[in-house]
Amino acid sequence: MNTNKPSRKWLEPRVELPTGQYRLITLASFILPILVWCLVSYVPFIWHPNVQVTSPGDVAYFKEGMLLKREVFANELEKMTATSKTPPEGIPANPIYLPAPDEVVRALYTSFTTEPQRRSEQWLHESLWHSITVVFTAFFLSSLIGVPLGIICGTYAAASRLTEPFVEFFRYLPAPAFGALAVAILGIHDGPKIAIIFIGTFFQQVLIISNTTRKLDLSLLEAALTLGAKRLQLLFKVVIPGVLPELYRDQRILLGWAWTYLIVAELIGTSSGITWFITQQARYKNFDNVFAAIFIIGLIGLLSDIILARLGKRLFPWDKSGNKA
Amino acid sequence: MKPLVLPSYLEQEPAVKSRFDALKQRDVILDVKSLGKTFPAKKGTVTALKDINFVTHRREFVCVIGPSGCGKSTLIRILAGLESASSGEVLLDGKPVSGPGPDRGMVFQGYTLFPWLTVKKNVMFGLLNQGASVVSAESEAMQWIDLVGLERFADNYPDQLSGGMKQRVAIARALAAKPRILLMDEPFGALDAQTRAKMQAYLLEIWRNIDITILFITHDLDEAIYLADRILVLKANPGEVHELIEVPVPRPRSPEQFITPEFLATRKRLDDLIHPPSTESEDDKLNMIRFTQAGDDIEPAE
Repeated sequence: MNTNKPSRKWLEPRVELPTGQYRLITLASFILPILVWCLVSYVPFIWHPNVQVTSPGDVAYFKEGMLLKREVFANELEKMTATSKTPPEGIPANPIYLPAPDEVVRALYTSFTTEPQRRSEQWLHESLWHSITVVFTAFFLSSLIGVPLGIICGTYAAASRLTEPFVEFFRYLPAPAFGALAVAILGIHDGPKIAIIFIGTFFQQVLIISNTTRKLDLSLLEAALTLGAKRLQLLFKVVIPGVLPELYRDQRILLGWAWTYLIVAELIGTSSGITWFITQQARYKNFDNVFAAIFIIGLIGLLSDIILARLGKRLFPWDKSGNKA
Repeated sequence: MKPLVLPSYLEQEPAVKSRFDALKQRDVILDVKSLGKTFPAKKGTVTALKDINFVTHRREFVCVIGPSGCGKSTLIRILAGLESASSGEVLLDGKPVSGPGPDRGMVFQGYTLFPWLTVKKNVMFGLLNQGASVVSAESEAMQWIDLVGLERFADNYPDQLSGGMKQRVAIARALAAKPRILLMDEPFGALDAQTRAKMQAYLLEIWRNIDITILFITHDLDEAIYLADRILVLKANPGEVHELIEVPVPRPRSPEQFITPEFLATRKRLDDLIHPPSTESEDDKLNMIRFTQAGDDIEPAE
């Protein structure tokens, strides 16, 4: 290869990036969408289909702060100029559902510091904590049964045949469809929400974990047999430690799955948690708050995954494929 | 080309002969009696092994060779108890065996070390299965690790070792479980030539120093002659015993013996058994078209 040429590693298939480029490109994956958002928000001629009225002039129904379609505003402006009345003034604006980055950042701060409007309502951090508790409770319960069952199905053909055909059927049933049933059985509070996340996670979990378990190199079991390992020793000393790193990776993916069911689950019964906050704020048209809340969910997901990845590296030092963030 | 005049591979020096006589007086460890294996196929059955008979004596080194598809791997898997025989039986110390057990240690081509265990814990695996305490298993494992010269790597994970080192751990792990016989299924097949030569010398050294009988599968003729007391030659379709050869090369063995007359004579015999000139099938023949200009030859014309 010609060494005089600048290195173009990103054009070569499956070549690891140098650390500097790796960091830079990782950063860019966040910076680029934010940049697009900034452009759309702050550069008037890119989109801005609306006009925000700054001074109503003589137009009867205009009020300061009003958002109008550009054509409507232009129309009224023309009428006023034609009849030589005071023309309205306005600035180009984006629709209300696309707040600018600075508005969302401000909302991110104020949403935590704003007192709830009614006594029965919760602070944002309380709603958030409630959501986190629901997700992790449901995921914990699902894992408590799903992981051992998956390992057993992946190890013993009889268990697999007894369980997997039904699970395979059940996983196609949309979890939210069980909402009404869950409320009827478990009441209107957290019970049905946990149940929905459980149903959404559990059946996938059994199948994914059992498939992972089946991928364990059979010759490891054979080696253990020739070293005198017997039935349960094979399960506890070979199968389980052998699949543990891969299983941990599956759990990370499944936890993300559980979060996606959260929003549906929280709408069931009495709406609660972060979803309650989002729907409430959407109702008041505080879309900056809505965006802020969505970002918080994303941030919690990303952070918990990075923490779990780091933990995975510590837990499984022999695992060369590694738990990547 | 002057053909090399070789002695018969059946000729044995007195020292070699008396060694074989003494060997035959030793206890029989493994007794394979009319062993057969058939697999179900689309039409009827396929016979992988047919009427295999042989015995190995205590501290004997037996190699099994044969063309690909002769069922040598199936044979060793049946001996290890990982597959069942369709007919016949396998006796270990006179008792029939069924299923795998620690009395027959196995070393696989693919190392099969437990990646989540350190070298030391891999070697302790068999000892702990047999109910040894952690303390005694640990000190015993360290002795085996010393024996294969890996004491510096006792706390490393298998992925941090080279292929040759991994296979040394696998040998230590198998030996630590104190088997009566060590079954080795092409253990050095994945190693490069230099490492392979080192490992062969290593294995002979280990074998000399401990009470172990070895059954070793290989497709490398030189390896078989260099290592074995006797070589079991199988033929394919169906897998049958072709010949059981007593290797006339004296012990102790060394790489210099690769060009001794008795070594070459044995080599020639094995070659004739495994690649008989008449068996070249139509598939093996190349039908080459010339792409070079006339006269541009790199070998003299026939």
